Amino acid sequence: MSILVDSNTRAIVQGITGGEGSFHARACIRYGTNVVAGVTPGRGGQLFDDQIPVFDTMNEAVKETSADTSLIFVPAPFAADAIAEAADAGISLIICITEGVPILDTVRVLRHLEGRPIRLIGPNCPGLISPGERCKLGIMPGNIHQPGRAGVVSRSGTLTYEAVGQLTGIGVGQSSCVGIGGDQLIGTSFVDVLEMFNNDPDTDFVVMIGEIGGTMEQDAATYIGEHFRKPIASLIAGATAPPGKRMGHAGAVITGESATSAAKTRALQEAGAVIIPTPADIGDTVQAMLAKA
Amino acid sequence: MKLHEYQSKEMFSRYGIPVPRGIAASTREEAIEAAQNLDGPWVVKAQVHAGGRGKAGGIKVVSTHDEVGNAAEALLGSRLVTHQTGPEGAPVHKVLVEEATKVSHELYVALMIDRGFRGPVVIASASGGMDIEEVAATTPERILKEGIDPVLGLQPFQGRRLAYGLGLPQELIRPASQIALSLYDIFIDNDCSLLEINPLAIDEAGKLVALDAKVDLEDDAMFRHHDLLPLRDREQEDELEAQALENNIAYVKLDGYVGCLVNGAGLAMATMDVIQNAGARPANFLDVGGGASEDKVALAVSIMLSDPEVTQVLVNVFGGILRCDIAAGGIVKAWRDSNSQLPMLVRMRGTNVDEGKDILRGSGLDVTFADTLTEVSAALSASLR
Repeated sequence: MSILVDSNTRAIVQGITGGEGSFHARACIRYGTNVVAGVTPGRGGQLFDDQIPVFDTMNEAVKETSADTSLIFVPAPFAADAIAEAADAGISLIICITEGVPILDTVRVLRHLEGRPIRLIGPNCPGLISPGERCKLGIMPGNIHQPGRAGVVSRSGTLTYEAVGQLTGIGVGQSSCVGIGGDQLIGTSFVDVLEMFNNDPDTDFVVMIGEIGGTMEQDAATYIGEHFRKPIASLIAGATAPPGKRMGHAGAVITGESATSAAKTRALQEAGAVIIPTPADIGDTVQAMLAKA
Repeated sequence: MKLHEYQSKEMFSRYGIPVPRGIAASTREEAIEAAQNLDGPWVVKAQVHAGGRGKAGGIKVVSTHDEVGNAAEALLGSRLVTHQTGPEGAPVHKVLVEEATKVSHELYVALMIDRGFRGPVVIASASGGMDIEEVAATTPERILKEGIDPVLGLQPFQGRRLAYGLGLPQELIRPASQIALSLYDIFIDNDCSLLEINPLAIDEAGKLVALDAKVDLEDDAMFRHHDLLPLRDREQEDELEAQALENNIAYVKLDGYVGCLVNGAGLAMATMDVIQNAGARPANFLDVGGGASEDKVALAVSIMLSDPEVTQVLVNVFGGILRCDIAAGGIVKAWRDSNSQLPMLVRMRGTNVDEGKDILRGSGLDVTFADTLTEVSAALSASLR
């Protein structure tokens, strides 16, 4: 078991014929993901790598393949359009990898999805992976993961790989790892993913990697304090980031006291999360947490 | 991308938001000529991308043409140091000469994206002219907020609600509401990330006028606003940061001495934290990005190396999309191009890690390897002793 995706997931890759889309579609397929179609307007009727049918529109692709999930690699100017097209075609899980989507495009598309049974992960995220289900819908290196019972959720890409690498290094496998994205506005929050991990019988504990900017970690702290029943270890990156500067991620900027690493760490500690003191200590902290539990 | 006050006010003017009559000038003569075309007394305002100009001496009220010239001359070519610029200050290449406004009251209005609301909001306060963060912290009840539905846009009733909430007299309700609606149009039409009027003044005649104007455009949306690109003033930006931005490299200069090169923003922040925890200080944030080529890595490294404060370098690459051999190739190229002798601590993991390390080993450069962040931390601490 896992959250969001499993071996039954039927995925479409939007932008499958592009440079990044094709590279990562191949990596996902190699990992075991059931990629049933690709969509690139103007390339309908072709076969991707002689096996995956490519369609001009999401409607056709969903009708022909009964896909339920979409992985988006289209360039930033067209990403919101791709999300809306996936939603309109009846896709229930949309993962938008694209970085640099204009914020007002995200505002409109989030409003469009509101109240509908559709989950958007991202934009500007590494995607997600459920190692035990051999299902990877994202750009993470599959080989650092191993099946197990840790849930991982993070706003970052490579820092998530670092966390997973340290976990796998001490023999701790993962149920699912979800990168929710580094933008100011994203479709799925920490709380959304923590709720899923809370209800997943195959996730025993969680590693949460936050960073500076916004107050999503404080929302998570409130949820953890009131509802979360499993051990959780947390790291907030960016303790050394100066205020007012965007640190790579559009959402990683300190705009006030609550957006700092210290404030977020404090909130999580007060909520009962185990604090990972430095990025070098992810594995050790989890090991100590598990020894106590 | 930030706009200068005079550029922001030109934009405001086009959208019908009242601003004082004013003309931008680049020389003493232009400033005097501007004053001759305006009614005195005048305000001469340094045009820099930073707040806090008044306290820093960047805004001067003067009453003769000669004084306008003197004020302009003193500011032009200088560097203005405000609490937002850092000690090096920001260069003044233009001043805005404006008709001085006699102010009876100061308000605050802004439009920005609110993460909690998941969309744009208008913020207003009757406590204008002050640091709004301070108002929010000490008297949050004095901050009014209207969330905007992106389908409907800002509605007139919301503008009226703000105006009444500010306690404005009846005759200013419609004009104030109209300013909020115009700000929203500017925000949407130009893909702004922040619009701010602080202060929005009520002048002696009882009319609203935007005494200051701040427009920040969203970098991610500039691809559809080529018309606004000429408004960029590159000289207001840190040279290294500007170079990086133009090449799609996320670089932020910090005040330490350990240069770091990392792929991915989260890992780059985490690497800075590791440096600090080891007792050293990071010289920069640098995310070379996912799909970087050898040339792009080399460029990123050369930007990092051109910071004279850097005395040692930490490379932390978790190879995924960016392969370790590509990163290593770029690093070696940049080191050779810049004739650098700096020692380099390298931590590499992931795709093609062995090839990457071989390239660095064979390069003849001063390279030490670490396998884990714990080893990185220990090596950094040792290097300090």
